[in-house]
Amino acid sequence: MSEIADKVKKIVVEHLGVEESKVTPEASFIDDLGADSLDTVELVMAFEEAFNVEIPEDAAEKIATVKDAIDYIEKQKAA
Amino acid sequence: MFRLDGKIALVTGASGGIGRAIAATLHAQGATVVLSGTREAVLQEQVAELGGERAFYVTANLSEPAEADALVGKAEEVAGAPLDILVNNAGLTRDTLALRMKDQDWDQVLNVDLSSPFRLCRAVLKGMLRRRAGRIVNIASVVGTTGNAGQANYAAAKAGMVGMSKSLAQEAGSRGVTVNVVAPGFIVTPMTDVLPDAQKEKLTSAIPLGRLGKPEDVASAVLYLCSEEAGWVTGSTLHVNGGMAMV
Repeated sequence: MSEIADKVKKIVVEHLGVEESKVTPEASFIDDLGADSLDTVELVMAFEEAFNVEIPEDAAEKIATVKDAIDYIEKQKAA
Repeated sequence: MFRLDGKIALVTGASGGIGRAIAATLHAQGATVVLSGTREAVLQEQVAELGGERAFYVTANLSEPAEADALVGKAEEVAGAPLDILVNNAGLTRDTLALRMKDQDWDQVLNVDLSSPFRLCRAVLKGMLRRRAGRIVNIASVVGTTGNAGQANYAAAKAGMVGMSKSLAQEAGSRGVTVNVVAPGFIVTPMTDVLPDAQKEKLTSAIPLGRLGKPEDVASAVLYLCSEEAGWVTGSTLHVNGGMAMV
C-alpha cells in the first residue's frame, strides 16, 4: 500500500471511528462505514488539509469509496 | 439553571451597549468570555470590569474579511481552549432612504452585518461539529422581519441572517450544535440615548410593555439560547421587543 493510501485510511479510521479492518479500498463511506453527508464533507476537508490539495465540489461529489479518495489524491500529487 | 461554567464564549461587537451586556451576563453565569471589537481601550476596560478573570479581548475589524476569518482562531488562542459559544453581535447601520442609498452604504452593511457573521460561523462550526457540541446565537433585529423605512440595507442583512441561521441549524443539527437568532426591538444604548424625548415617547407608545428595551433584556435571551437547557431549540428566532411586533 502506498504512503497516501495509508494516510487516507488513518484519517478515515480517526474521523469515522471505525475498525481499521473495515476500511478496505472498496468500502463506501456512506453505505459501509456509516458516514452521513456531513461526515463526507469533513473527510474531504481533512484530506485537503493532510495532503495540501484542493478538492473542488464536483470532484468531492464523486469520491464515494476509500479507493476513490486514494486515486484522486494520488492523481493530484502526481500532476 | 442556565449555568455556563467551563464554557468558552466569543462575543463580537462587545464594546457596544448590547454586546457589553451579553458578555457580562455570560461571564456572570460562569463562562470564560472573549470580547471582540474595534476599540481596544474600551475592551481593556471591560475586561478589567469583569474582574480580569475568565475574560479576554481580541481587537478585530470585521469589515475586513481576513480579520473575520482569523478571529475564531485568535479567540481560541487567547482563551487557550476551543470555543463552545459564538455570539455574532457586531453590526453597523448606514441609514438613508433607498433613493439616496449609495452602493457603498449597501455593501458595507451587508458585509459587516451578514457576510462577516457567516465567516465566523463557518470558522467556528468546523471545530464544533467535530466536538459534537456548540451554540451559535446571531443577533438580528425586529426590522429584519418588519422592514423599516431608511434601513433597506440593515433590514436585508438581518433578514438574511435569519435565513442563514436556519440553514446552518439544519446542517449542524445532527452534531448537537444549535444555531439560533435573537431579534431585539428598540433597545436603549448610547447610540439611541441622543434621540429627542418626544421621539422616545412616540416609540414607547408603540410598545405594549410600555418601555424601551434594556441591553440586559437581550442578554437574558442570549443566555437562554447558549445554555444546556436550550438543547432542543434550533433554527428559531427569539423576538425581544416588548411586544412591538408579535411575530
